[in-house]
Amino acid sequence: MQRQTVLVLYLSNSALDSAVVGWSRYDGTGETRHMAGDAEEPPYRTGLDALKDGWRLFQASQLLPHQRGAEFDVSYLKYEFWFEQLSEVSA
Amino acid sequence: MSDLPLLHAHDMATFAARGFLRMDGVVPDAINAQFMDEVGEIEPPEPGRKLRRTYGELLAKAGIPEVGAGVPLARTYAQGSAIARMLELPAVAGAIRSLVGEDPTFDHHFLHVTFPPAYHAASGGENVSQHTHQDSTIDPRQAFDLQIMYYPHAVTRPMGGTRFVPGTHLRKVSEAALGRYQNIRGQQHMVCEAGTLLFLHSGVWHGGGVNLSDRTRTMFKIRMNPSRSQARMFDTSTLEQPTGQRPIFYLKGAQPRTVEQILMTPEPWFEDDTGRLEFVNRVKFWRYLTGDATYDADYWLTRLENLATA
Repeated sequence: MQRQTVLVLYLSNSALDSAVVGWSRYDGTGETRHMAGDAEEPPYRTGLDALKDGWRLFQASQLLPHQRGAEFDVSYLKYEFWFEQLSEVSA
Repeated sequence: MSDLPLLHAHDMATFAARGFLRMDGVVPDAINAQFMDEVGEIEPPEPGRKLRRTYGELLAKAGIPEVGAGVPLARTYAQGSAIARMLELPAVAGAIRSLVGEDPTFDHHFLHVTFPPAYHAASGGENVSQHTHQDSTIDPRQAFDLQIMYYPHAVTRPMGGTRFVPGTHLRKVSEAALGRYQNIRGQQHMVCEAGTLLFLHSGVWHGGGVNLSDRTRTMFKIRMNPSRSQARMFDTSTLEQPTGQRPIFYLKGAQPRTVEQILMTPEPWFEDDTGRLEFVNRVKFWRYLTGDATYDADYWLTRLENLATA
């Protein structure tokens, strides 16, 4: 039986080899429980480093044109990359 | 000019850039002890007793008034109560005036109690951090509300403490929509001595940290709104005299600490491109706080406002 573990990295620009500025982890195996504020250092320096460590990228945020009149508004973190690992767990 | 000790220009610029100021141990022990007495004893954990019930009973019996939003802050707390005494401290009153101006309006307050693992085990719930969020709702104003977080007892790192992300206050987001962000570079946790205050711009992203210690953690939050202008309420005599734009990009050494230097200091989480938008928005915010519609730092707005129409 397989379970998914998810790693979300927020990078400093749209390049996968740019620096990590934020991160989240969700462990579907139940072995670890990650939560807000549980780490001060990112698990990887860049998104590419996560790939090299065996994580599979399955989603990246799009680059969208800037809405006229709101060009200088800032809101959510912009460069979001979702990775996964699949683990075998006993039934 | 007020007789209160108002914030200096560099403090104000730090608040404009980072969205917070902290005053460590500014509230005397006598007021801290009075506040904890007014809160009252918290029932010990009891197997099968829901945490919601324990918390509800604590809020009901605490000697903190239930107050409708929109009343003058000055009339919110009974004279002689711990919170009234805390708000009357000159350093506190001066900071409030500097940040929200004269005669602020009470918005709401809340007694945040974070329970240690034994309570969650007894209640059958999970002991986790609060998701990161921005209070209230999407707030596109340049005006801002002030939130004062009061820590009446010492907070250690195992106790969790308020987690916040400096410099996020100018981001226009919708409350808990950012809950998926677990960790952001540069996040801070409030570890502090008793009597510490954290002054937060209402837009700062924050959340309560999980309490892994063996005692409850108490924090009291007050939100207040400006009722008049927020411009030039700090000690404007401490503003530096304008000397024109400072050099940018090609620099031969470290720059002196000025308002511009403070406003142009990035946070560790800044993205490459939107970090520049943060600088643009900080300049706009400083214009609001100083009432100077022509202010600029490092040429960001001068360049954008040059429409070449002359």
